[in-house]
Amino acid sequence: MSKVLVIGEHDGHKLSQATARCVSCATQIPGAEITVAVFAADPTAVAAQAATLTGVTHVLTISGAHHAHPMGAVLAPHVVSLAKGYTHVFGASTTFGKDLMPRVAALLNVPQISDAMSVEGAYTFKRPIYAGNAIVTLEAPADKILVATVRTASFEPAASTGSATITAAAVSVEMPTHTRFVSVQAASSDRPDLASAAKVVSGGRALGSKENFELIFKIAEKLGGAVGASRAAVDAGYAPNELQVGQTGKIIAPQLYMAVGISGAIQHLTGIKDAKTIVAINKDGEAPIFEVADFGLVGDLFEILPQLEAALSQSGAK
Amino acid sequence: MQKILVGIKRVVDYNVRVRVKPDGSGVVTDGVKMSVNPFDEIALEEALRIRERGEPVEIVAVSIGPDDAQQQLRTALAMGADRAILIKTDQMIEPLAAAKLMLEIIKKENPELVIVGKQAIDDDSAQTGPMIAALWGRPQATFCSKLDLKGNTAVILREVDAGLETIEIDLPAVISADLRLNEPRYVKLPDIMKAKKKPLDVIEIASLGIDTTPGLKTLLTEPPKPRAKGVMVKDVAELVDALKKRGLVS
Ligand SMILES: Cc1cc2nc3c(=O)[nH]c(=O)nc-3n(C[C@H](O)[C@H](O)[C@H](O)COP(=O)(O)OP(=O)(O)OC[C@H]3O[C@@H](n4cnc5c(N)ncnc54)[C@H](O)[C@@H]3O)c2cc1C
Ligand SMILES: Nc1ncnc2c1ncn2[C@@H]1O[C@H](COP(=O)(O)O)[C@@H](O)[C@H]1O
Repeated sequence: MSKVLVIGEHDGHKLSQATARCVSCATQIPGAEITVAVFAADPTAVAAQAATLTGVTHVLTISGAHHAHPMGAVLAPHVVSLAKGYTHVFGASTTFGKDLMPRVAALLNVPQISDAMSVEGAYTFKRPIYAGNAIVTLEAPADKILVATVRTASFEPAASTGSATITAAAVSVEMPTHTRFVSVQAASSDRPDLASAAKVVSGGRALGSKENFELIFKIAEKLGGAVGASRAAVDAGYAPNELQVGQTGKIIAPQLYMAVGISGAIQHLTGIKDAKTIVAINKDGEAPIFEVADFGLVGDLFEILPQLEAALSQSGAK
Repeated sequence: MQKILVGIKRVVDYNVRVRVKPDGSGVVTDGVKMSVNPFDEIALEEALRIRERGEPVEIVAVSIGPDDAQQQLRTALAMGADRAILIKTDQMIEPLAAAKLMLEIIKKENPELVIVGKQAIDDDSAQTGPMIAALWGRPQATFCSKLDLKGNTAVILREVDAGLETIEIDLPAVISADLRLNEPRYVKLPDIMKAKKKPLDVIEIASLGIDTTPGLKTLLTEPPKPRAKGVMVKDVAELVDALKKRGLVS
């Protein structure tokens, strides 16, 4: 039988939706028994949320001041000591998971499957390579612990109908001191989170300046959505790095994705392929973004966006 | 600081639109343009800048790959690496094996810093950096977008989902380079000429005594599912109507 350990991701208060998506992936493994591990300074609140996720039977809490700002290098030996007895260890394919899970895999001396996008069997998964230009089906050895990161955009978050047992786990591992958290400069949290928002409006290089990028924020606000950006827009300083969408930014799957003044380079498209509806606004009718758009509008964004804002105000978009 | 090791992977150029072989056995790489993994150029550029700031470091470029990967190592030498090592193999090397091979070189060379890319744009694994650090028992700073050396420690700015995180690590350590760490320099013709004379050691993979058998079996390679063909709308009104019909705008 499969026993899956999912590493919970959170900000100290709230369990990340990425973990709910990870759990959802784990439930697709036939007969899987799912445990979520919560490392935190005070895991109480987060553990309670994890316990409600449908499909989860156990929540393990590991508390300690040193878990206030989890970092892969510090956490990995703890995860390894928990991993014995599990067949699978899953983390989300977020910057947290990507930092932690390969370190866990190497310590366990097992290969890792990155960005699992579908479950074909307990040890068989699909994942994208070459920026999503190809999909491979991989089979991992069944006699070893399978370490994987889960491509969150491929799985709906698990519902919250569950009531798992919560147990404090004792882990006695020497704390690595070679890696020290200093600070985090977090994005303002007064708008929807890009990774989990139902609607996302993204701007590209065509916006031309940080001031003009406000046009994107306005449309997003009207739609009640989050803001994204192309790499070109981030590199030019129009938008902060955490808003980058694509191969090397965030991979997202909103109900609505609106790409404004974005050409549609393959590295960008790989981040939005799972969006339900894609809208493209671009003055170049030949731009590759139109190849993936459900609705395309050719024109100058500086004329279109104010009109769109007005139309959305009228319809009371939210 | 005396030595920095940089990972240089030979990959299909990022401008190539990769195609899957009709029989599902892999992607077409014959006759396709190959380049240094873009993140590895950034990794190397950072090493060069550390040297240019006055650290008397030797910069060693390391690649694991086929004989042709010498081309990418020559590019690294032309950018400014002092010497290069090719671990020669025609096999597909998984990140875990790559990390073990790198560790063998690390044991011989004793670098204070190992800089790799945050991910290789062919397999998109993003594993090798943390795996090297794990096996070496040293700190890792992944997704690095700023690096400050302070004696035996480094202060690193990391691009994380939440924003920007600052951490401090003891050296030696492994760094994985993110896009905004720097902008790599262009190689000039005289540098290419000079690079031809720089040392490039070729090591047979077998001589390192590492088991590099892949742990994962690739059963199938297929193209992604295409999206349904969309429509062009003529103006904002038509767009808003279409979105209303889908229930995306009320
Ligand atoms: C290793 C690597 C990783 C990368 N990762 C990512 C990634 O994660 N995410 C990402 O986005 N990119 C990534 N890129 C970069 C990618 O290749 C493109 O360079 C980038 O996406 C281009 O951004 P853009 O579409 O905003 O700019 P451009 O390509 O310059 O496109 C601007 C578009 O705006 C249109 N336009 C101009 N003016 C107007 C106007 N007034 N009204 C309407 N339209 C207008 C133009 O027709 C054009 O199509 C990566 C590249 C590499 C090498
Ligand atoms: N075969 C290789 N040769 C040299 N460096 C490699 C190799 N494989 C991985 N690396 C390094 O590890 C980074 C991450 O690769 P990956 O884990 O495959 O995404 C790359 O950007 C390289 O710096």
